[in-house]
Amino acid sequence: MRELTFLLRKEFLQIFRNKLILRMIFALPLIQLILLPYAATYEIKNITLSIVDNDHSEQSRRLINKFTSSGYFRLTDNSATYNQALDKVEKDEADLIVVIPQEFERDLIRQSESTIMIAANAISGQTAGLAVAYSNSIIKDFNNEIRTEWLPQSRFNTIPVIEITNSNWFNTQMNYKDFIVPGVLALLVTLVGYLMSALNIVKEKEVGTIEQLNVSPIKKYQFVLSKLIPFWVLGLAVMTIGFIMSFVVYGIYPEGHFWVGYLFAGVYLIALLGFGLLTSIFAETQQQAMFIAYFFMLVFILLGGLFSPTENMPDWARYLTYINPVSYLIEVMRMLVLKGSSFWDLRLHFLVVTGFAIFFNGLAIYKYKKTN
Amino acid sequence: MNKEIVIKTDKLTKRFGDFIAVNEISFEVYKGEIFGFLGANGAGKTTAMKMLIGISKPSSGNAAIAGYDVYKQTELIKRNIGYMSQKFSLYEDLTIKENIQLFGGIYGLSDDQIKTKGESLIEKLGLQDEADKLVVSLPLGWKQKLAFSIAILHQPKIVFLDEPTGGVDPITRRQFWDMIYEAADNGITVFVTTHYMDEAEYCHRVSIMVDGVIQALDSPEGLKMRYNAQSMEEVFLMLARGAKRSD
Repeated sequence: MRELTFLLRKEFLQIFRNKLILRMIFALPLIQLILLPYAATYEIKNITLSIVDNDHSEQSRRLINKFTSSGYFRLTDNSATYNQALDKVEKDEADLIVVIPQEFERDLIRQSESTIMIAANAISGQTAGLAVAYSNSIIKDFNNEIRTEWLPQSRFNTIPVIEITNSNWFNTQMNYKDFIVPGVLALLVTLVGYLMSALNIVKEKEVGTIEQLNVSPIKKYQFVLSKLIPFWVLGLAVMTIGFIMSFVVYGIYPEGHFWVGYLFAGVYLIALLGFGLLTSIFAETQQQAMFIAYFFMLVFILLGGLFSPTENMPDWARYLTYINPVSYLIEVMRMLVLKGSSFWDLRLHFLVVTGFAIFFNGLAIYKYKKTN
Repeated sequence: MNKEIVIKTDKLTKRFGDFIAVNEISFEVYKGEIFGFLGANGAGKTTAMKMLIGISKPSSGNAAIAGYDVYKQTELIKRNIGYMSQKFSLYEDLTIKENIQLFGGIYGLSDDQIKTKGESLIEKLGLQDEADKLVVSLPLGWKQKLAFSIAILHQPKIVFLDEPTGGVDPITRRQFWDMIYEAADNGITVFVTTHYMDEAEYCHRVSIMVDGVIQALDSPEGLKMRYNAQSMEEVFLMLARGAKRSD
């Protein structure tokens, strides 16, 4: 045990002496937590709108007004023809074209129906989908308005209407930041823990100091622990900074108990650091380790449900998320922060991540050889 | 004279696939001896040394280091040897004192021992003013002397030195060899590889490896006599010229 304290002392000295890395470790949470939730938003506002109004009537103006006052669209163009409007789409000056036909008002009054054409620029499928969805609801609104205005003011509505009202549980305001901030927090813990541990042993390999440790009588478990513990502490420190930041900047704090979060992050970090050690055992140079780490980080994060919900993924991808440790932390963070889940609610997550921890570390200890 | 054997190998061999890096080498090293382990690049010196210090498993043959078996007792071997590698392997981002504490601690020295031995080490090397400076800031020659001093801090039975004086100026090399003699006088057996033939002359006995095989083993005087040569350099050239392998 005494040998371990000497090794730990050495690791901490080295970490705190590396000022650049240290600054990065603490700057990363700040920047990511401030930038990402604002920049990476699902909500699409400011869709550029091109209107081709062939009617120029009171009703057509009223519809246009509904579009522009919805807050989702920005009217950037009034074209005379559909082809002109298409030109704007090609120049990337419009995302959505709304064509109001001639006799729009007359048809509405006389025949009680009229047709509007909507054309969306589907370069970004997501923007196009949302733009069309927003338009649909705007037009539906418009429909309801004129219907109530024009129908005889009877007490009994002749057309039965089922109206849907929503109630959004756990995130009542459907606040995007409440959703993304816990995810970014999970990302931070992962990034710092994994990268630091993956690069650490490889650096010793590259410099040659590992040979000096290999010829010494220190035990394998002492060596592995001396590499795990410092980054475990560092990971939890980063999480603490993240919690403080998300409270100060966004007023977000976990509905559930902090200790559940720390306990889970503690187990998760053991699993993750084990994976980092495994990476550094396979890589011979820091360059290789960097590339392996980048590869896994990218896959883990993209399949982790941070940006795109895992429920939307095809089956094969959803099965992959079951073996992706990062997706568990993201989910637990969200459940804890938004739902206030308890330890018992999260028992399955705990179980799986404990399994990861045993697997990765077992493999790392098995694979790390002082002798070859 | 009854000499105590501290290293004994018997047909020690290391193969990498078809390639036989070390081919059935057998030799003995005695306590307190300075044993020079010579050979051209690629002759198999480093591979052989790695087997002796317990970080590489032999393919066949036997060896005992300080009485411990290289197959089964590598951890005991490691406790009883010191090692200084070709690559400088102290931590450059730690200070001299911190390096001493680390390696002293790893080899199980007590806090008192670390303190007194560390202080006398620093004093002997004249590094009092640099003790709290990072090792990276030291000139190469000082680093090597420091690395050697730390390698023998825990009073090992044998110290293995893999080209310890590569790239070091002649004056520092001379000082380095004074330190080696002092260690040998204190009963530490020194097993050293080198490319400098003047250093080979300082050894009590030398072996010369060619293509994985020990071609000659004797005292420098004995070798010069046998090959009718003026210097170790001539002996070495005569033997190594026949080598088929090189880097």
